[in-house]
Amino acid sequence: MPDTHLPIIACHECDLLQREILLRKGDFATCSRCGSVLYRNLPESLDRTLAFSLAAAVMFLLANTFPIFGIELQGNRMAMNLVEAVHSVWNQEMKLIALLVLITTVLIPAFEIIMMIYLLMSLKFQRMPPGANLILRMLQSVKPWGMVEIFMLGVLVSLVKLSHDFIIIPGVAIWSFGLLTVLIAAVAASFNPRDIWINVERETGREVSG
Amino acid sequence: MSAVEVTAAELGLCSCHVCALVSRPVPGGGPSHCSRCGSTLHSRKPASVTRSWAFLIAAYILYIPANFMIMMSTGSLVSFRSDTILSGVVYLWVTGFWAIAIIVFIASIMIPILKLIAITLLLVSVQRNSTWRPEQRTKLYRLVELVGRWSMLDIFVVTLLAALVQMQSLAIVKAGPAAVAFGAVVVLTMLSALYFDPRLIWDPLHKERKL
Repeated sequence: MPDTHLPIIACHECDLLQREILLRKGDFATCSRCGSVLYRNLPESLDRTLAFSLAAAVMFLLANTFPIFGIELQGNRMAMNLVEAVHSVWNQEMKLIALLVLITTVLIPAFEIIMMIYLLMSLKFQRMPPGANLILRMLQSVKPWGMVEIFMLGVLVSLVKLSHDFIIIPGVAIWSFGLLTVLIAAVAASFNPRDIWINVERETGREVSG
Repeated sequence: MSAVEVTAAELGLCSCHVCALVSRPVPGGGPSHCSRCGSTLHSRKPASVTRSWAFLIAAYILYIPANFMIMMSTGSLVSFRSDTILSGVVYLWVTGFWAIAIIVFIASIMIPILKLIAITLLLVSVQRNSTWRPEQRTKLYRLVELVGRWSMLDIFVVTLLAALVQMQSLAIVKAGPAAVAFGAVVVLTMLSALYFDPRLIWDPLHKERKL
């Protein structure tokens, strides 16, 4: 039964107004008309997301330091890490492609991980960090442009293509990228911006549902 | 009878696109800001249909060079070949890389075409105030948002190959002009989908009831 103490929410995909319901841990509420997910109740969202973010930061550093993989042909060897690969493509006069790859696989994931750690660390110490509103807004708008998981598939496709003509030497970063993909997915699955807004409301003294 | 379905817009309310708080914008027409998170409030994404069309048309135009120009050239001591997106997939297929051929076919050929058609369909239906199957159209929109990014796959593959295979006379891979055009198509269709407002799909249902 709808509880009239709970706030009203509008579906962001069909704009239908509906009253919130209380959720058990791990459940999510969907729009009664179009079925889109309205909000989730994620247990220990803050701690889990922070843990995944810190692990992702370590993996990100490894993934960008070591070579992804190397190839060998008649004694000639080539191996490079992601930034070196971007640099090489830049020097081949494919500057737009180099920029696109740099932004989607290095800059945006780095931005997301750093901002997530900053935000969640501050909340962990019981305070709203300065600029939290702006950061959450930016995190939301850059989200579709972080493409580590697609890059990972690209690495695998490249490996198979190259295995025809070259001897492949897997690098450390190929494993790091694999783990980074999983960790970034885990961050996205455990992060619940709703918790942060509820925090804001508590501080400003408005009544909200948990 | 089920409860009457009312949207936020019908009651003059606005749902914040960042923090989801429903509030009433300040009357008078000036820009209002969310009282909780400070974002600018819009009942619908501003100029949604126009912007979405603009990016989509640009994507259609670049789709032509993306498919007819050279995506990647591969050279070695014994052979040299230049491939478009399609001939690259065919070459993978005939050389026995079936799994990879299917993955690249889906990411580079099927998804971009279906995405262009899907966004066109959504935009046309919204402009005609269609009330046809809003739920299905919302699902289509969700699908476009979910899978559209995966077209970037080929750009990553070309980048890795062109960067790595640089062994002077022994073996060389170069990215072709189609790579830039194709990258632009992916980015433009993503922008087009991002600017599209799915709530416009449902608005005609409410206008109809008022009459």
